[in-house]
Amino acid sequence: MNALALQRDGEDWRLKLSGDWSLAAMAEIQLELERLPGPISGTVTCDWSGVHDAGLGPVWALLTRLAGLAGPHFQMRHVGEPPQAVAVLEKLRAERPPQAAAPVPTPAVHGALGSLGRWTVVQGIEARGVLEFLGRIAAVLGRIPGRSSALRFPSIARHVYETGVTAVPIVALIAFLISVVVAYLGAQQLSKFGANIFVVDLVTIAVLRELGVLLTAIIVAGRSGSAFAAEIGVMQLNEETDALRAMGLNPIELLVVPRVLALVIALPLLTVIADAMGLAGGALLSLVDLHIPTAQFSTRLREALSPTTFWAGLVKAPVFAVLIGMVGTYRGMQVRESARELGRLTTMAVVQSIFLVILADALFAVLFMQIGF
Amino acid sequence: MIEPSSRPMVRVRGLVSRFGAQVVHDGLDMTVWPNEIFGVVGGSGAGKSVLLRTILGLREPQGGSVELDGVDLRTATRAERTALVHRCGVTFQNGALISSLTVAQNIELPLREYHPMPPQALDSLVHLNLSLVGLAADAAGKYPTQLSGGMVKRAALARALGMEPKLLLLDEPTSGLDPISAAAFDELMLYLHSQLKLTVVMITHDLDSLFRTCDRVGVIVDGRMVTDTLAGILQNPHPWIRQYFHGPRARAAQQQAHG
Repeated sequence: MNALALQRDGEDWRLKLSGDWSLAAMAEIQLELERLPGPISGTVTCDWSGVHDAGLGPVWALLTRLAGLAGPHFQMRHVGEPPQAVAVLEKLRAERPPQAAAPVPTPAVHGALGSLGRWTVVQGIEARGVLEFLGRIAAVLGRIPGRSSALRFPSIARHVYETGVTAVPIVALIAFLISVVVAYLGAQQLSKFGANIFVVDLVTIAVLRELGVLLTAIIVAGRSGSAFAAEIGVMQLNEETDALRAMGLNPIELLVVPRVLALVIALPLLTVIADAMGLAGGALLSLVDLHIPTAQFSTRLREALSPTTFWAGLVKAPVFAVLIGMVGTYRGMQVRESARELGRLTTMAVVQSIFLVILADALFAVLFMQIGF
Repeated sequence: MIEPSSRPMVRVRGLVSRFGAQVVHDGLDMTVWPNEIFGVVGGSGAGKSVLLRTILGLREPQGGSVELDGVDLRTATRAERTALVHRCGVTFQNGALISSLTVAQNIELPLREYHPMPPQALDSLVHLNLSLVGLAADAAGKYPTQLSGGMVKRAALARALGMEPKLLLLDEPTSGLDPISAAAFDELMLYLHSQLKLTVVMITHDLDSLFRTCDRVGVIVDGRMVTDTLAGILQNPHPWIRQYFHGPRARAAQQQAHG
């Protein structure tokens, strides 16, 4: 079916239009319009008598296309009961300049060198942003000794509850299950040497030094790091942080510092719970699988422990807490303009805080080895 | 203008909306005839936006029925609902442009979904709709956050017009605009209404806008709607309506409209 047919009519042209001219037929009409030969000179008479359901879009496409093809002495006439839209849109089109194609910005430097340069600049800006953020936090912390109200106790308490207390079930469950798995794997290997009892050493040291704190930190990064970024990000989008600044309040003091401090309190406490549940899991598996009575497990546990084992795990918790809290709040404060930014930066907050936690853990391992902790 | 003989564009009967114990609408009736501009007013919390959401089918009412163009929303099939949605253009209070898309992409979004067409055709439609609402062509490539408040309202209207609706539902289209932009928006609405034969339901607190554009007004009081022409509603003895239309601001707006 043809929506339009162009015929020669002496010096002039006759454009016979027919069929469905609603928005649904827009695709086909556009294709046929593209095929019109140009430029067209003289008068074009558009015959609308065969058209039904004329929509604004197709009529507009016709008018702009014909105007675009206009040669010398070009004129448009409409016959055969043209839809009312024709007159309206023709007037509108005459008032509006044709749409200018937006210039596509071309980067000055192409290829790998250009990418490297842009990446360097972005990283430089990022580094300055992080430095500024740290500086602002330090400024708030510096004010606390002189002005205790800068420490927002109610806010800290709320965040300790949200990041700590509500995380207890999931942290406890995961620590328990992972230590059962570790103990089971250990038991399978060690029983080959008849060294079953060393499962206790394995579980104790693995859980207390590494697994307890690392698992807790990763769970908290996933739960609370993302929550921090999203909460603060939405506040940024709603201009709430600007409102705080306009009221003479410091968003870093109100939003960032309480969250970071709350994590510094909550994460070590969660780690203690994870340690306890991990040891319980090890004890349970030892009892069921290796028939080591719980009393014997606890005696062996005390022999396996050196005075520093427990602390070597726990001392890392506040450091991880600071990393998670800062990354989450920093990414939240970076949100500008759109919902997509919010999603991107929340994802980034989680990925980077988990990465930083594991990196810090590796550095701690090297450090502890060096100082024999 | 008002054609009581024809089928109503919107018919709401006995609408009941509740939020917990709070009753917002208690047997609300509303009829909008084709090709009229219908203003909805009411105090804050009277349920104007809730009514709009219910008409659109975004909210399930606790009682009553909503008919759009003769189709009851409760019994409509999926296909009928989709067809209805295409006949309704909506603007929300804050524009509700998708923030990660440019203005052009916002306008193209429903078109791409329901009428696949070549990119030139989409460009042409974007240009048309921007022209209709009086936005410059360079607004097409901008993101919503780069637009001023008035431009956001116009861009939202351009998106609403994109599917060539028969019914426009506007939630406070002139709120937050300066008087000049608001007046320009009124003229734009009258232009679209007269040229495109659109039916418009407009929630507004802007009395100037109300007096300038609306054929009939529905006032939500006590969970029901009092509907009348502008002249009729001014004579209404209900104390809240009297206060609303005879306060100092209303008098100024009236004088301006008649002067």
